[in-house]
Amino acid sequence: MASFPKILTANWEIPGSHTLAAVQPHGAYSRLKAVFAMTPTQVTDLVKASGLRGRGGAGFPTGMKWSFVPPPEKRGGKPVYLLCNADESEPGTFKDRYLMWMDPHLLIEGMIIASYALGTRKAYIYLRGEFKFVQKRLDAAIAEAYAAGFLGENIQGSGFSLDLYSHLGAGAYICGEETALISSIEGDKGQPKLKPPFPAVEGAWKSPTIVNNVETLAAVPWIIQNGPDAYKAIGVGKSVGTKLISASGHIKRPGVYEIALGYPFKDFIQNECGGLLRGEGFDRLKAIIPGGSSVPIMTKEEVLRSSFDYEQLSTPMDKGGPGTYLGSGGFIVMDDTTDLVVALTNLLRFYAHESCGQCTPCREGCGWMYQILERTSRGESTVEDLATLKELADNIYGKTICFFGPSAAMPVQSFLLKFKGEFLERIGALQAGAV
Amino acid sequence: MSGKTRPVQSTGPKSWSPAQEAEIVEIVARYPTRKAAIMPVLWLAQEHFGWIDLEVMRLVGRTLDLPPSHVHSVASFYTMFKKQPTGKYLIQVCHTLSCWLVGAEQIVKHLEQTLQVDGEGNSADGLFTLMRVECLASCGSAPMAQINDDFYERLTPDLMDQIVAALRAGKPAPQPYVSEWVHPARPV
Repeated sequence: MASFPKILTANWEIPGSHTLAAVQPHGAYSRLKAVFAMTPTQVTDLVKASGLRGRGGAGFPTGMKWSFVPPPEKRGGKPVYLLCNADESEPGTFKDRYLMWMDPHLLIEGMIIASYALGTRKAYIYLRGEFKFVQKRLDAAIAEAYAAGFLGENIQGSGFSLDLYSHLGAGAYICGEETALISSIEGDKGQPKLKPPFPAVEGAWKSPTIVNNVETLAAVPWIIQNGPDAYKAIGVGKSVGTKLISASGHIKRPGVYEIALGYPFKDFIQNECGGLLRGEGFDRLKAIIPGGSSVPIMTKEEVLRSSFDYEQLSTPMDKGGPGTYLGSGGFIVMDDTTDLVVALTNLLRFYAHESCGQCTPCREGCGWMYQILERTSRGESTVEDLATLKELADNIYGKTICFFGPSAAMPVQSFLLKFKGEFLERIGALQAGAV
Repeated sequence: MSGKTRPVQSTGPKSWSPAQEAEIVEIVARYPTRKAAIMPVLWLAQEHFGWIDLEVMRLVGRTLDLPPSHVHSVASFYTMFKKQPTGKYLIQVCHTLSCWLVGAEQIVKHLEQTLQVDGEGNSADGLFTLMRVECLASCGSAPMAQINDDFYERLTPDLMDQIVAALRAGKPAPQPYVSEWVHPARPV
């Protein structure tokens, strides 16, 4: 990999990196001075110019999202809320957990800067319920930041005040969807809401609200310090900056890696991941899921010609691309020992379990898809069942309030499209000559 | 949404201690509305009462000026709020894709045998409750389990035996790897 500055993991090797004493000599909170010398709009413009995109999965330009918040004179006196999405629950994704564990002050500083840009007075970090052990460490860091005058009233004499709180979820994947996260923090069941209105205009407590992922916010201090051009210089095309990749599955060194966008998959697997768990080179590679369980699966051939590049990955198959997404960067590697029929069944059990139950196509459809797949795993389906499975996925996609429906449909559609033979073989259709 | 649902039981009237009442005042102050405090207050209740029965739901409702039906709807939406008691140690083994790829089923089967769990997942000695759960964001240290509030990672049947033995003996269990974000080299 061409050399690039570590933006998100720079402090991770420092002993005690979760404490202020350890990271302050390495620049923690040193960017606030420059921020308070700018106007909030200038800060937003700077983030916009950097090309930073949301790292939770959607890849939406961060600065643009911030600019959707109405200006103070058009808010009718309403506050603006910043919610950090730390509900990291997408199967295959575990980067935010380590970011908060290893360098919580980087996130806090990013949130102070974002809050200043947005005019936020109260910000929250929404952690998934299972991250109670992370919350303890994060709360300790927040307390340190208050004690040092980086949070609370009149931060560093700037006249800007901010309160920051952690908020613990309780085991619902759907709360990672931004409108569900808002419902949840408001004290309701975590069910998504129809857009519009978009949260930036009317979100939590009917006020303008920005929901940003942990990794997105943690990139902001570096951008302030080094400027948007330096950030844009890393990466390729519209995929700029660095990204945390959560690598798991059949590789020798699973873990979290910070890479420069544009990095080829094959180099990542060989150099960072230590190669595949079994075999020589890529001879045992069967498939990967590049961006968390919801994104379409990739064949070995697609893997070997792809890279961590939003645009290249989302190029449709009929235009020569792999037709998938970078998503959250949850990179799940599967070798030829993997039974893909059972793997897909495993994923649909997850979606059937996690559907919030609000929209009929998703609530019923995910359960039906799981039932058909369970039968298929046992070899008890027919060719017609597989057609029904595809029809279900096609009829969930785009017909639900939130993106959970498509997220459950895409694995089904892509496994059936790219690995159809395995499914037909399982049910004996190939042998019987039924297709 | 799925999973076994059964009526939530009631185990008699509940009340907060003065210390908890003070904590609730502090929690409520963080949010623009009292309703928004429902999740942290349910967490507090679970910590104190062990699980969320109907009386706890009524108490939380009275505390936050919410109808008990709303508390019930929220408590039942989130799987981590326990609507029934569990053993002293709740062992939640992740069985989603990344863990499944590297042996989660082996861990579950091993625990089922060694703990002699019944159909509800409770161990013969009543000390443990075993559950299968979906992805816990520990895919790089798979297979893994959450025991009460802590993550236990890169599990093998042997390591699981050591953990269970330590918990049975009331000793701290080995808890490796939570801070290690890259696996140095996994054996095949």
